[in-house]
Amino acid sequence: MHWFLRFPELASEHGARLDHVTVLVHILMLALFIIWGALFIYMIFRFSQKRNPKADHDGVKSHLSSWGEGAVALAEVILLVGFSIPLYSERVDDLPPAEDSVVVRVIGEQFAWNVHYPGPDGVFGETRVDLVDLQTNPIGLNRDDPAAADDVVTLNQLHLPVGKPALIYLSSKDVIHSFGIPEMRVKMDAIPGMLFPVWFQPIVTTEEMRQRTGDPDFNYEIACAQLCGLGHYRMKGFVTVHTQEEFDAWMAEQQRLKEEAGEVDDFWT
Amino acid sequence: MAESEHHDHDHHHEELGFWRKYVFSTDHKVIGIQYAVTGMLFLFFGFCLMMLMRWQLAFPGEPVPLLGKLFPRGLPGGVMLPEFYNELGAMHGTIMVFMGIVPLAVGGFGNFVLPLQIGAPDMAFPRLNMMSYQSFLIGGLIMFGSFFLPEGAAQSGWTSYPPLADIAPSGQTAWLIGMVFLITSSLLGAINFLVTTIQLRADGLSFFRLPFFCWAQFVTSFLLLLAFPPLEAAAFMQLMDRVAGTSFFLPSGLVVSGQALEVSGGGSPILWQHLFWFLAHPEVYVLILPAFGIVAEIIANNTRKPLWGYKSMVYSLIVLGFLSFVVWAHHMFLTGMGTTMSAFFQTTTMMISIPSVIILTALILSLWGGSIRFTTPMLFALGFLPMFGIGGLTGLPLGLTAPDIHLHDTYYVIGHFHYVVAPGTIFALFAGIYYWYPKVTGRHMSEFWGKVHFWPSFVLMNLIFFPMLIQGMAGMSRRMYDGGATYAHNEGVLYLNKVISFAAWGLALAQIPFILNLFLSLRKPKTASANPWRATTIEWAAPSPPGHGNFTRPVAAYRGPYEYSVPGESEDFTPQFEPAKAPVAAH
Repeated sequence: MHWFLRFPELASEHGARLDHVTVLVHILMLALFIIWGALFIYMIFRFSQKRNPKADHDGVKSHLSSWGEGAVALAEVILLVGFSIPLYSERVDDLPPAEDSVVVRVIGEQFAWNVHYPGPDGVFGETRVDLVDLQTNPIGLNRDDPAAADDVVTLNQLHLPVGKPALIYLSSKDVIHSFGIPEMRVKMDAIPGMLFPVWFQPIVTTEEMRQRTGDPDFNYEIACAQLCGLGHYRMKGFVTVHTQEEFDAWMAEQQRLKEEAGEVDDFWT
Repeated sequence: MAESEHHDHDHHHEELGFWRKYVFSTDHKVIGIQYAVTGMLFLFFGFCLMMLMRWQLAFPGEPVPLLGKLFPRGLPGGVMLPEFYNELGAMHGTIMVFMGIVPLAVGGFGNFVLPLQIGAPDMAFPRLNMMSYQSFLIGGLIMFGSFFLPEGAAQSGWTSYPPLADIAPSGQTAWLIGMVFLITSSLLGAINFLVTTIQLRADGLSFFRLPFFCWAQFVTSFLLLLAFPPLEAAAFMQLMDRVAGTSFFLPSGLVVSGQALEVSGGGSPILWQHLFWFLAHPEVYVLILPAFGIVAEIIANNTRKPLWGYKSMVYSLIVLGFLSFVVWAHHMFLTGMGTTMSAFFQTTTMMISIPSVIILTALILSLWGGSIRFTTPMLFALGFLPMFGIGGLTGLPLGLTAPDIHLHDTYYVIGHFHYVVAPGTIFALFAGIYYWYPKVTGRHMSEFWGKVHFWPSFVLMNLIFFPMLIQGMAGMSRRMYDGGATYAHNEGVLYLNKVISFAAWGLALAQIPFILNLFLSLRKPKTASANPWRATTIEWAAPSPPGHGNFTRPVAAYRGPYEYSVPGESEDFTPQFEPAKAPVAAH
């Protein structure tokens, strides 16, 4: 059914259902367009001045079109109630329980994505505006907060395990951005002063996708979808989908790097 | 009535000087022409901005040929800067919508045709009308002039979302002040149209004898009147944010480029979006309803039969008008909206598609049984139907939240609304220009060159906008300075950027026959009769062109607007303004 719509590759659990609705809507659109179009072209030829020199005052007498309009309305109700509303509701209201998910904060800024993991303790360290430093502390993490000790902050690199819901809390430091990963069929605005959850479950690792596409350099990309200034077009982040083991190894590696960096920090205190 | 007697001495026909006649005129026809010409100039200017952008999209980072010297600020060495690209994008949208299409469709066609069609000597408030045009002109000149500011014009999109717009360079301030003038102009115009339609209809011209064009302008005026004030207020609020240190749209704790922003905070960026779209969605209907009106007139005239389902069309128009006020947040589905709100707005959005479907179906079915004359205006009116069809249909997946997640803010959106507005509304406007040109000037435009204008435009419009739907489906985001080349998922559809750009430049060439036709026809002898299209509505009772006061004899309406091919009549049209030939016996 996807032959006439060229979607990007699909890599999330809900994506197939989302594409399915998109395909259904397009079938309705195509049907309407073909019916209108065929009738239109027929009438242009049939009722030209040459073939039909005398117009008929009354025109169409049947009320078939009212039935047609009723059918369109019905199709729309089905799409709405049967598909769109429940699917969207699941996206925005049925958030996965935090304990079964990878919970991450993503903070947009001109023109990068800061990714904040709570670390093994599962608790985000405090962040404060006055602690923000462009070079050393982009999200203003309070390093004196015990909960922040194991927090991991990366720039433009989102790592996720496959087969586990990723629950991402979006916000922004400066202007409105929009967090979109086309292959995951997710998109949500990141608005300063607000915190929006967005969630999806990756089902294809980066490695598998590289094999599937035959492209050894393939990466999932975070694309900013809301005009955010002159660098909007290059506000790109990367998503690496690992197996669970790889992800755990990556997280452990981050902790080790932090400890090393922490020793350096201690030198000054 | 005493007052009107009191003013009678004003009605003698003195010769007006050049300035009073052409520049500070209170005659609705001159103001209509002023609006139309200014609107067309802005449409052309906005199109030029787009052609420049299309270079950058087709050949990212390569120097623009020839133009580098002309724009040393935006194109140093010919290579476009990203901030200049954003200026072009923001101003293309603003100019096309607020300074091109609305002034031409409402200010131009509405002003010229509406009083004539209802048999009025002028607008109800001629001076207000003049003021409306002048306010529009000032707003337009501010917008145009903002390109010459040291930091250039507004660059935060035609939607001007804060906080980006709040912290943007000075062009944004000019944009806001310009908008205030443009909005004021629309409000003055809308009041005038409403009062004129309600008060100045000729004897016998009941509401259900109004031509569909008048209905379209009438509903449009309500939309302008009720939807614009929130944006005017919002523009002032954003202006205050920028110049007076308020924080209507700025939350606390903003950090820009590593520096905490020194603002009081506590505001909401979302508030702007609500105020903006509360206008801007009805605005979409402001762009499309006059087009419906024009197309309906031309279809009735060129099929030589009444519009099919005139009353359903009028009711649909009214429903459309009401519903257009409760769909705005479908532009904001991805702003953290929960199930309840999104369910409400997608339901209203689906509901509003029904009256649109009814109007389009009625226009198409009006062809059935007709005797179609393929004149140039009719070609454009017929071209409008499938193009608006595509535009309307591609709105469905965007109005449903689930497909919208993937399609939001992609080129699919751009393709969708351009199908509505470009080969949709703009085709209707072309149709209207060819159709009413004899009435405005007393001369005919060339039919041959009209057809040379139509066919390439029709093909090229589709070559421009259909590929955008494909790009959007692939996930390509809009407003990308490099045309999306940064992202791997766009790779397969990047070649379309070149196709679209070449088609856009070709479309410019295809307008040359139109521009020449428009001006060179003015040099022909005045041969147009009062009713060259053998039409039925009242504007054709006036001479071509109509003089001051419009009608040379008193006019009244004796029947509905589209009495074509009435059985038993000798001619295939029975004008609204002709009394019945023999006295009708009492029933």
